[in-house]
Amino acid sequence: MVPTSYYLILSAILFGLGIVAFVFKRNIITIFMAIELMLNAVNLAFVAFSQSLGKSDGEVFVLFVIVVAAAEAAVGLGIIILTARNRRSLNVERVDLLKL
Amino acid sequence: MPILNHLWIIPLLPLLGSAINGLFGKGWPNKTVNMVALGSTGLSFAFAVEAVREFFGNGQQPFRKEFFDWIVAGNFRAGFDLQLDQLTVVMLMVVTGVGFLIHIYSTGYMAHEGGYYRFFSYLNLFMFFMLILVLAANFVLLFVGWEGVGLCSYLLIGFYFLKKSASDAGKKAFIVNRIGDFGFMLGMFLLFRTFHTLDFDAVFKQIADRPADAMGQFGTLTVAALLLFVGATGKSAQLPLYVWLPDAMEGPTPVSALIHAATMVTAGVYVVARSHVLYTQAPTAMYVVAIVGCATAFFAATIGLVQSDIKKVLAYSTVSQLGYMFLGCGVGAFSAGIFHLMTHAFFKALLFLSAGSVIHAMGGEQDMWHMGGLSKKIKVTYWCMLFGTIAIAGFPPFAAFFSKDAILAAAYGHEPAGKILYGVGLLAAVLTSFYMFRLVWLTFYGEQRYDEHHVHVHESPKNMTVPLMILAFLSLTGGWFALPALFGGRDYFADFLSPVFGAAEAGGGEVAASLEHILSIVAVVAATAGLLVAWRMYTGKVKRGTSEGLHKILYNKYYVDELYQAVVVGPLIWLSRNVFWKVVDVGVIDGTVNGIAHSTTAVGDTVRQTQSGNTRSYAVWVLVGALVVFAIIFWPILHPAVFGGAR
Amino acid sequence: MSGSLIIFFVLALLAVFAAISLIVQRHPIHSALSLIVVMIALAGLYLLMGAEFVAAVQIIVYGGAIMVLFVFVIMLLNAEEEERTNFSKLATYAGIPLALAVAGFIAAAIASSSGSLPAPESSGALTSTKTLSNLLFSDFVYPFELTSFLILVAILGAIVLAQRET
Repeated sequence: MVPTSYYLILSAILFGLGIVAFVFKRNIITIFMAIELMLNAVNLAFVAFSQSLGKSDGEVFVLFVIVVAAAEAAVGLGIIILTARNRRSLNVERVDLLKL
Repeated sequence: MPILNHLWIIPLLPLLGSAINGLFGKGWPNKTVNMVALGSTGLSFAFAVEAVREFFGNGQQPFRKEFFDWIVAGNFRAGFDLQLDQLTVVMLMVVTGVGFLIHIYSTGYMAHEGGYYRFFSYLNLFMFFMLILVLAANFVLLFVGWEGVGLCSYLLIGFYFLKKSASDAGKKAFIVNRIGDFGFMLGMFLLFRTFHTLDFDAVFKQIADRPADAMGQFGTLTVAALLLFVGATGKSAQLPLYVWLPDAMEGPTPVSALIHAATMVTAGVYVVARSHVLYTQAPTAMYVVAIVGCATAFFAATIGLVQSDIKKVLAYSTVSQLGYMFLGCGVGAFSAGIFHLMTHAFFKALLFLSAGSVIHAMGGEQDMWHMGGLSKKIKVTYWCMLFGTIAIAGFPPFAAFFSKDAILAAAYGHEPAGKILYGVGLLAAVLTSFYMFRLVWLTFYGEQRYDEHHVHVHESPKNMTVPLMILAFLSLTGGWFALPALFGGRDYFADFLSPVFGAAEAGGGEVAASLEHILSIVAVVAATAGLLVAWRMYTGKVKRGTSEGLHKILYNKYYVDELYQAVVVGPLIWLSRNVFWKVVDVGVIDGTVNGIAHSTTAVGDTVRQTQSGNTRSYAVWVLVGALVVFAIIFWPILHPAVFGGAR
Repeated sequence: MSGSLIIFFVLALLAVFAAISLIVQRHPIHSALSLIVVMIALAGLYLLMGAEFVAAVQIIVYGGAIMVLFVFVIMLLNAEEEERTNFSKLATYAGIPLALAVAGFIAAAIASSSGSLPAPESSGALTSTKTLSNLLFSDFVYPFELTSFLILVAILGAIVLAQRET
């Protein structure tokens, strides 16, 4: 059997990679995808704990996370479309109207 | 409706008059202002007479009534309590009677001055406070009146406020008074702390039951008595706080007469007399009072010898005579001190008002070296002034002979060192006679030293001369309350006040009747000597000499004002300017306030760095925040893991 | 080395490499495709753990709907390769250490505390679809209804946002 901690470490690694992408990429959409990656990593941890402890609550929660991620992706991409049209670029550093 | 149950009417009427004149009088003609001011004062006098009549009708029972609670704090109560006993009767009559006469006089003197309504408003306000002072039945209410008369003194001295010397004099009076008031307050605090009450009856009863402080011992009673005396020194212009009184002559002459001769300056004497129980239990303090009074009497008389302004001479004379009053109280002859207070009110008011009449006649001139030969021209004023001068010099049968004599006799019999006090007092009497007659000779005799074409000498109108004549009459007869045994009379005055001063008088200086006669004769001889020397020097052709040596020192008032300026005022101003202003106010207070604002701005500037407008740095901040939260939550679990330790 | 362990490592390595690829690739469409690979790998891992329903939902919803949406948007917006610009120094110098720190923290926490957890079973009895749906409609009915409302709001939002201005 695969020990739970393996899954959890994998989840941690994926989460860290998501953070790196989130901080270093310049394309808005890529950053958004990094957020999805992080959510996935968390899902993995939830499922691992749920199976390990024998209770299904974790998986129910995973379902909710997926639903929320879907809603968020829909609205977020809508915003990105608008912003991209407005700024004529997908570079996050062009979205800097608040800069002094 | 017995007045005694409504004693508050007596002070209230002048207050109303003051308010009405002050608030509405600006556009009124002089007649209306007069009606309000004289009406209120006159009615107050009438009610006072009625109150005295009821007092006598009750068999001279001391009367006290509490009208309402003013301060109630824990066990302490200070109420608006008014009382009436024999001492109050004397003060009340003097204040309302002489006050009323001076009000009448002022209608003539101030007739052509601007701010007429303001003058009477202030004058009435003064009457209110002074009446509160004499009617009060506890120290707190007395202090209200005390402070109030100080305020009115400031307002009235600085009446011609557009003149810098006048406003400066007002300030000086108020500030020096305040120094005295500080001592007074400390005395009150000490009394409160010791006796837990400030009502006269309660305090004095407790003091009487206490053992007395021995001579030279500085127990609580002595310290309290000395502190109260400091206040009296300020208010009654004794050494060292007399410096405001001569400057106060900047005010209009009726003000000098009322406040700085007859009433306000006597408040100090009144307080000492009222607290006689305290002073008799603290012999050291009483001795200090006597010494200060005696020294002041002499000191001021020497300065008055050479002054050239007619009002300044009278000012120093007032300081000197107040010294006599304190001397009387200090040797235990409280009724003699109060007696002199009463007679002094009469003749000093008379002298000041006459001087005002002279100044009025001379069109504003106050320097005696520019007068002369006026006796034929302003007869009424001349005779009144002469009456007053004879009275103050102490010639019988005028008033001051009896009162001054009583004081000097009591001083002579006082132990210890009574004879020295008597000697200095007698010397001061000689000087008094000298400078007062010098004043009369210079002003009214000799050749006229002014230009007839510039000065149109005219007698004063009736509303000025009639009060003068009334006061002259009182100066003559006022002393007849206390005919010494020589003339077959009794000291009615001391008898009248004996229920108040009873125990104190018994301990005072007593002299045998024959000795008293001898002392009286010596006093008259001394006064005559002064008169003659002055006659020799100042009638006929007189020329003003140059001022040098001793004359210069006296003329410049022993340079006391300059001394105070250098030792007290100068350093204080330096301290205020360089420490309190530059260091404390600008540096500390402004610095703190500005510093807080500055640091807020600085912090804001720093924190603003996070709002860079750059999305990616926001991302990093989010990360940092998440890390912090994570660390806080997981630290208990993590730190054994990070730093090793048992699993 | 049991079979499940091998499968685990294969899928895990696949997920990690795909994630790294997401970071390294310059064109967003390549990143999107890498993300799809990650999701499939994760679905495999869910299956390995015995959570079939979640694995199915992962592929259908995440992979089939969300990622398709991403790809559509990338193509709609004509995304291009990223330029080589360096605007934020803070991000460059603070980002990697911070990320490593977060990962390190989490890993340390896991390592120190989860040693006592039993391994996940592969049998699906406990977490069958039936159990899940029971839970969903009994204990979790309230969040369930709320999420349906949330989806409605998201739909409305997306429509409003993407309208062309007339």
